[in-house]
Amino acid sequence: MRSRSRRRSVTFALLTSLPLLLGSCIEGSPLDSLDPQGPAARRIDELGTPVFWIAGVILAIVLGGLAFAMIRYRDRGQADPRQIHGNAKLEVLWTAIPIILLAGLAVPTVQAIFDLTECEADAMEVDVIGHQWWFEYRYPEEGITTANVMVIPAGKQVCLNMTSDDVLHNYWIPKLNGKRYLVPGQQTLLTLEADQPGEYWGQCGEFCGLSHALMRARVRAVDQTDYEAWVARMQQPATLPADGTPAAAGLAEFNGICSTCHVIEGVNQLDKPVGPNLTHFADPYRNVFAGASLERTAEHIAEWLADPPTIKPGSFMPNLNLTSDEIDALVAFLQGLDPTKGN
Amino acid sequence: MASTTAPASTIFRRPKQTSGWMSWLTTVDHKKIGIMYGYSAFFFFILGGLEALILRLQLAGPNGTVLDANEYNAMFTMHGTTMIFLFVMPVGAAFFNYMMPLMIGARDVAFPRMNALSFWIFIFGGIFLYSSFLFGTTGPPAGGNLPGGATDASWLGSTINGGWFMYQPNAGPRFSTGTVLDFGAIGLQILGLASLISAVNFIATIFNMRAKGMKLLRMPVFVWMTLVVAFLLLFSLPIIAVALFMVTFDRQLGTLFFDTFQGGDAILWQHLFWLFGHPEVYILILPAMGIVSETLPVFSRKPLFGYPAVVFAGAAIGFLGFGVWAHHMFASGITPVAQAAFGLATMTIAVPTGIKIFNWMGTMWMGKIKFTTPMLFSLGFVALFVIGGLSGVTHSIVPADWQQTDTYYIVAHFHYVLFGGAIFGIFAGLYYWFPKLTGRMLSERLGKLHFWLMFVGMNLTFGPMHWLGLQGMVRRTWKYPEEYNFGTWNMVVTVGAYTIALSILVFMINWVRSKRRGAESGMDPWDARTIEWSIPNPTPEWNFGVNPEVQALDDWWHRKYDEDDEGRPVRKAEADATIAQFHDQGVNPPAPIHLPSPSYFPFLAGSAFLAIGYGVIYHTKGWGLPLLAFGVILLLSSMIGWSLEPIEEEHEEVHA
Repeated sequence: MRSRSRRRSVTFALLTSLPLLLGSCIEGSPLDSLDPQGPAARRIDELGTPVFWIAGVILAIVLGGLAFAMIRYRDRGQADPRQIHGNAKLEVLWTAIPIILLAGLAVPTVQAIFDLTECEADAMEVDVIGHQWWFEYRYPEEGITTANVMVIPAGKQVCLNMTSDDVLHNYWIPKLNGKRYLVPGQQTLLTLEADQPGEYWGQCGEFCGLSHALMRARVRAVDQTDYEAWVARMQQPATLPADGTPAAAGLAEFNGICSTCHVIEGVNQLDKPVGPNLTHFADPYRNVFAGASLERTAEHIAEWLADPPTIKPGSFMPNLNLTSDEIDALVAFLQGLDPTKGN
Repeated sequence: MASTTAPASTIFRRPKQTSGWMSWLTTVDHKKIGIMYGYSAFFFFILGGLEALILRLQLAGPNGTVLDANEYNAMFTMHGTTMIFLFVMPVGAAFFNYMMPLMIGARDVAFPRMNALSFWIFIFGGIFLYSSFLFGTTGPPAGGNLPGGATDASWLGSTINGGWFMYQPNAGPRFSTGTVLDFGAIGLQILGLASLISAVNFIATIFNMRAKGMKLLRMPVFVWMTLVVAFLLLFSLPIIAVALFMVTFDRQLGTLFFDTFQGGDAILWQHLFWLFGHPEVYILILPAMGIVSETLPVFSRKPLFGYPAVVFAGAAIGFLGFGVWAHHMFASGITPVAQAAFGLATMTIAVPTGIKIFNWMGTMWMGKIKFTTPMLFSLGFVALFVIGGLSGVTHSIVPADWQQTDTYYIVAHFHYVLFGGAIFGIFAGLYYWFPKLTGRMLSERLGKLHFWLMFVGMNLTFGPMHWLGLQGMVRRTWKYPEEYNFGTWNMVVTVGAYTIALSILVFMINWVRSKRRGAESGMDPWDARTIEWSIPNPTPEWNFGVNPEVQALDDWWHRKYDEDDEGRPVRKAEADATIAQFHDQGVNPPAPIHLPSPSYFPFLAGSAFLAIGYGVIYHTKGWGLPLLAFGVILLLSSMIGWSLEPIEEEHEEVHA
């Protein structure tokens, strides 16, 4: 019996320590929620980390007690034990201690809930609209509409007014804040603030249909001057190709096919565009497309144009049966929609 | 139960078969019904397990290609739906059916035919749900496109794919085209009816049919947990019934409850769903808590520590379970006041749960612990449930939950509760009570192999999911890119899942072999405490040869043991004679016993729901409404036949 219980405790120690050992060997994920890079995420981390430790200590005590009882009171052929039916004092004790502990956790929890669900008065506003399966960003004061990559100034709170155009989505940039739903027909609020310039990855949290896995997000925090430069160039109309270039053929394709669903400011207008606004599709900050699931390279754009529903199942953009010439022209055109290149 | 009056009517003869398949079809014996519940639940457990294994193949590495997006959505939906509604709930019903009457000293449940009815409705509901694989259709949201220009999914993908939670409006008519979600909504409606009927039955049974002397606070804890679960079902199922009707109306009749384009409300569904769904969690775990509250004392050779505290804690969990539903919605944008209130309410659940765990440890403390297979599973239950409970407390820290919700951290949490908790408890019960079914013991050697494989596999599977979730792995995503660095741990998870599958294989071998060749158990193989062990094994058809009279909690123990001055048990001199006497009167009842007669009608009424379900889904087709009418007529005529059935039919006495 003795060797068996020892073996059991070794197994147990291995099982519990293995994740920690291996976890430290693997590089963190860009979605790591334990690596806060902004005030909201840090507040959550500071609130949550002690709870993990407390839970860990309680776990160690309970499992230690269990292991102790299993070893100390195992059947060694001793006489049958005294028939103890309970102990009122102990019952009070192990009712009261958890209540006190939980009350201690409750106070900072409630404080944090209220602190983190409000935007600061001087916060910058961005409207976030969820679509199957991409995020649209509108800057109401600046008059900018873009998709997939949200550009924000570092060190400044951004207040997101969020809603959805179809089903429930859930906006999550783990290093900057927790999640908040985007609810069709309703408005929800979430704050974002990054301490430092950088690229922060995100992912839709709520199951939203076929391509939920591919509904990703990027937040690019830049310093104030870069941000202002970005705003200025985003407010320009699109950079259109010169006549006779391959990209000009792409513009013609756009006008013939794409313009029923997509808007390029300076080219067309739609009451209710189905797809993302492509005006500054190739802005250097907008380095991903297709729900932030693909890097914006010529190869990826060509793959996408050839057959969108195979890349993103359920996609509202159908397979348009484009020829390779048409695709090449469109790739040249789209990659030219870069406001830094000027007209 | 017995009545001496002449039959009121002889329009319908009652079936008389006592063996063969017809006897199973018409039985109203709670034991046979319990066994049928058990086997069918286990069958669905295998299906749900296979679905999980396919999911794990897909997720073993980045950018998996085993399943496409739609197949993945179908598999995770069916895995959850199957495990909850077709495995853990009915296996709970199997234990309630088989054990509860034996533990309160009854010959059957209060309404034996209703009991059969709830079983048959469950079976036909399960068949209905799974028939979506054959008949269901699914497509992209209106306006969307499937890969390769397809219009329908593969057979693997053409089953319910909106998540077991069926969040609106994604599961509504606009975004989930085809019929699979109708199979989901109507199938759950049918299954809910089955549980509702059995809840009423169990409540009536526990309140009315206890043996003489079995006061409420002399009932075994398992019976108490049965009662709490029955009340939870009674109060929570009507809520989901209403919500499912709303979905069905939206999908079939064009109502707009959840259509946000027309002023419907997406969050309303979540409130209704979780107002059912959270009590549902306790419906799943409380039976297992009841089981280990029986096994821990027996194998520690001590009474349950703090019996009243354990009972009241169970009831308190039941009550509190209705006040915490919005903790599933902390990220949904509900007001901070609501978030704070539901966060605090969620914390309070930890208190009665802690009371239970500490009392179980108190039971073992200073005991004499025998590491039998049922005890190993019970200890596994306690250890794993503590982990699941503590990660649950971390969710109540609302802002932390904003990070955790919808990630694998949550998946880890509820699998520690439902796999480490409910399923370990269920296996503890199966090993413990197997002799009552068969008169034989399950092999201890294979049992221990099963336990260790499952314990290691369980931790390999669900342990790393905590880490993956905190690293940002979102639930219900059919693939993840390499850059996320999720690959290594997902491979470990997949290996763990297949280890669990191996352990289940060992269990099945054990079951089949022990059923035929296991060691004979005798009447009281564990030297147990409660009265289900005061009757022979396998349980005679009439349960108790003589109606039992109960003088104490753990009555059977007190018939065998006295306590000396120190409180140590001393086996009574006449203990063996008592056991022999009980065995003898169990095998040869001294007086004739009248048992409820079998009936065709529960089966017929249950089958009507199949026709009704298909009729509703296909009501726009020419044959849909006639099928619906047929189902309703079949149901009504079964009910009429049922009510005209003679209460007593001339039949040979089981024993004269």
